[in-house]
Amino acid sequence: MQETNEKTAAMIEHLAAVNKILEKYNCDESKLIPILQEVQEEYKYLSKDVISYVATSLDIPPAKVYGVATFYAHFALEPKGKYVFKLCDGTACHVKKSHSILHALYDRLGLSDDKQTTDDLMFTVETVSCLGACGLAPVMLVNEDVYGQVKPEEAVAIIDDILAKAAAAE
Amino acid sequence: MIKDANGLIDYTEALKNQSSSELKLYVSMGTCGIAAGTTPVLNKIYQTIEEKNLKDIIDVVEVGCMGLCHSEPCICLENKETNEKVYYGNLSEEQVVQILEAKFDTELAGAKVLNKTWNTPEDEEISDQIQTRIVLRNSGVINPEKIEDYVMRDGYKALAKALTEMKPAGVVSEIELSGLRGRGGGGFPTGRKWQFAASQDADQKYLICNADEGDPGAFMDRAVLEGDPHSVLEAMVIAGYGIGADKGYIYIRAEYPLAIKRLEIAIAQAEELGFLGENILGSGFNFTIELKYGAGAFVCGEETALIHSIEGKRGEPTFKPPFPAISGLWGKPTIVNNVETFANVAAIIRNGADWFKSIGTEGSPGTKVFALAGKINKVGLVEVPMGTVLRDIIYGLGHGIVDGREFKAVQTGGPSGGCIKADKLDTPIDYESLKALGSMMGSGGMIVMDEDDCMVDIAKFFLDFTLEESCGKCTPCRIGNTRLHELLEDICSGNGTMETIEKLKTLSAAIKDTALCGLGQTSPNPVISTLNNFYDEYMQHVDRKKCPAGVCTKLVSYTINDKCVGCTLCARNCPVSCISGERKELHHIDQSKCIKCGVCYTACKFHAIDRT
Ligand SMILES: Cc1cc2nc3c(=O)[nH]c(=O)nc-3n(C[C@H](O)[C@H](O)[C@H](O)COP(=O)(O)O)c2cc1C
Ligand code: FES
Repeated sequence: MQETNEKTAAMIEHLAAVNKILEKYNCDESKLIPILQEVQEEYKYLSKDVISYVATSLDIPPAKVYGVATFYAHFALEPKGKYVFKLCDGTACHVKKSHSILHALYDRLGLSDDKQTTDDLMFTVETVSCLGACGLAPVMLVNEDVYGQVKPEEAVAIIDDILAKAAAAE
Repeated sequence: MIKDANGLIDYTEALKNQSSSELKLYVSMGTCGIAAGTTPVLNKIYQTIEEKNLKDIIDVVEVGCMGLCHSEPCICLENKETNEKVYYGNLSEEQVVQILEAKFDTELAGAKVLNKTWNTPEDEEISDQIQTRIVLRNSGVINPEKIEDYVMRDGYKALAKALTEMKPAGVVSEIELSGLRGRGGGGFPTGRKWQFAASQDADQKYLICNADEGDPGAFMDRAVLEGDPHSVLEAMVIAGYGIGADKGYIYIRAEYPLAIKRLEIAIAQAEELGFLGENILGSGFNFTIELKYGAGAFVCGEETALIHSIEGKRGEPTFKPPFPAISGLWGKPTIVNNVETFANVAAIIRNGADWFKSIGTEGSPGTKVFALAGKINKVGLVEVPMGTVLRDIIYGLGHGIVDGREFKAVQTGGPSGGCIKADKLDTPIDYESLKALGSMMGSGGMIVMDEDDCMVDIAKFFLDFTLEESCGKCTPCRIGNTRLHELLEDICSGNGTMETIEKLKTLSAAIKDTALCGLGQTSPNPVISTLNNFYDEYMQHVDRKKCPAGVCTKLVSYTINDKCVGCTLCARNCPVSCISGERKELHHIDQSKCIKCGVCYTACKFHAIDRT
């Protein structure tokens, strides 16, 4: 019994932030997308628990929330790494050989199109649609920072840098 | 708070009469500028001004995109007395200090001086410049985070004119007379669209600005929103007045954080001064604007899908008619217009339809902003009158192809468009001429390609995109495009036959005819246009199993010949470290690890790498 209570308490605490967001939007179904956007900002991804909780609170089937969450590319249903490398896969970047950067990053981290996050949740490598900085193609985002005219070896150097800093901090 | 039109005149006069410094220094702080490292340059500028005590003679203005992406970081120094302007590009922090010290002596600074290549027909005599700025008139000139800067350049004057001197019907007919056509791709006459909504009798109407700009390789709308957000807000209030809507939304993609931030600031400022909200300029007209953020779905740029997304649903398109102008958001009459379309509106109201019609061509008046990208020397934003020939854009403004290479094609219209060949470079561009070439205007991305780009690969690239972005609602788009992609994959991997080519043709035609929305109906365009224009290249893949451009990895291999001097450059550049060899000795490529990226081929200075 004791254990269950603790679990429930933990869950309630875990969902406190969702409650705040739901309240802010008055549990209005038409605000589902902004709600999910803010929830994702809070938890970094949309877990099954959170999706069902949002659905129940808005009084709509979880399948509907799931349908919206899978439709839009920005919603992540799996946790992502601490450093997210977003490589632009727009036309301008494509003709400037962005794929060689992608391969270099995959190669360095042992990732692939099917496995984009490292097991230690340190790095995620993904492609995104045009970032609107085509003048500087190929373009890459590392979390919020924009890098223009990236070369494969520079991209790999960013990873090495992060790893070196992390090692030094330990 | 400005109470009426006279209040605006007084306010503008007061701003203009404020004393300004002798020199103005414009610093390009758009997304590309920042990505290219303008922030440290800007900090250095502030630091130098502080240290050398130049505060009284130099005003620093942080502006949006100047269109000179090829030379970021960029600044422009203006002498207020002589109106002389000098643009400097590719600046370093050291050069900035020298420029500030020397003020105008460009030789001394040693920085690259750029030529101004545009005129603004509203402010100056039309010159022989190719570029004509209406949409980008303020971009790169004003601080987008200061409403005062916008007002000083005749901002909100059109709104005052519309609200006090014109009836709503007059506003709509002025836009209709101007011949303005939608810049979001379709080219539908804007005034006529407004007319549909205006003539609806409804208790509520909505206005939406489409800032989803999903076409890869297009960044015009971002530049407008980052560089001159008030021009869009002002136009939206005018349009709302014209059609009788009091509520506007801007649907903007979340990939544009800087544009979002500047819009938020602009909306707050416009509310504070009374250009948004209740009883605008004492006219009794109310209008509010709310931002809605996209969540990464290209199809949401399509207007019916966009409306569903605002309603909190999956962004799936629905069949038209009914058109949104009749039944749109929450079933109410709704007008959706593109950012660039709106950015023309205030200038038309200020200067009249005839002025606008005097620019561009008869069927497509005005200008168009193009984003030049790809293998072109001067990447960036250009705005030219409709009817400008492609060659003037690519060779005149764009300075031709990188490294003096051969032009192969220019792609316009994004995933719905096509590739235009060299023999069509003398076509004057407008909506119709581009369609006749098997492409389309689209939103304005122009991606230039050279001999190293494979046209089959480009077609496949766009289908990759469409597949990813198809909402899956209709079968022709969901399954048809998957099959098209497989056929192209076959060709690119050496398994294509003549039958594959025939299937590509029939399937493309079928998808075009049967898909539900604009996304599916236009998705085969890249295939059709490359088949028509670059048939030989397809045949090389099918007959000889070769990719002449060396892009299709299954059809190429890289080997090192005996010209290799062992300089190690290729090995150091290889992203997957598959090149081995001692210094000064012949190197070797491990074929099992090679990803055929061609980096070594480009890097080698001794022609020692063969691509076959
Ligand atoms: C798949 C698809 C994507 C579209 N994406 C955009 C877009 O990103 N921006 C835009 O303004 N219009 C886009 N459109 C066109 C819109 O549906 C609509 O026609 C346009 O916003 C109308 O504005 P306009 O008349 O000012 O051009 C898209 C259309 C389709 C079919
Ligand atoms: S194509 Fe990469 S930023 Fe536009």
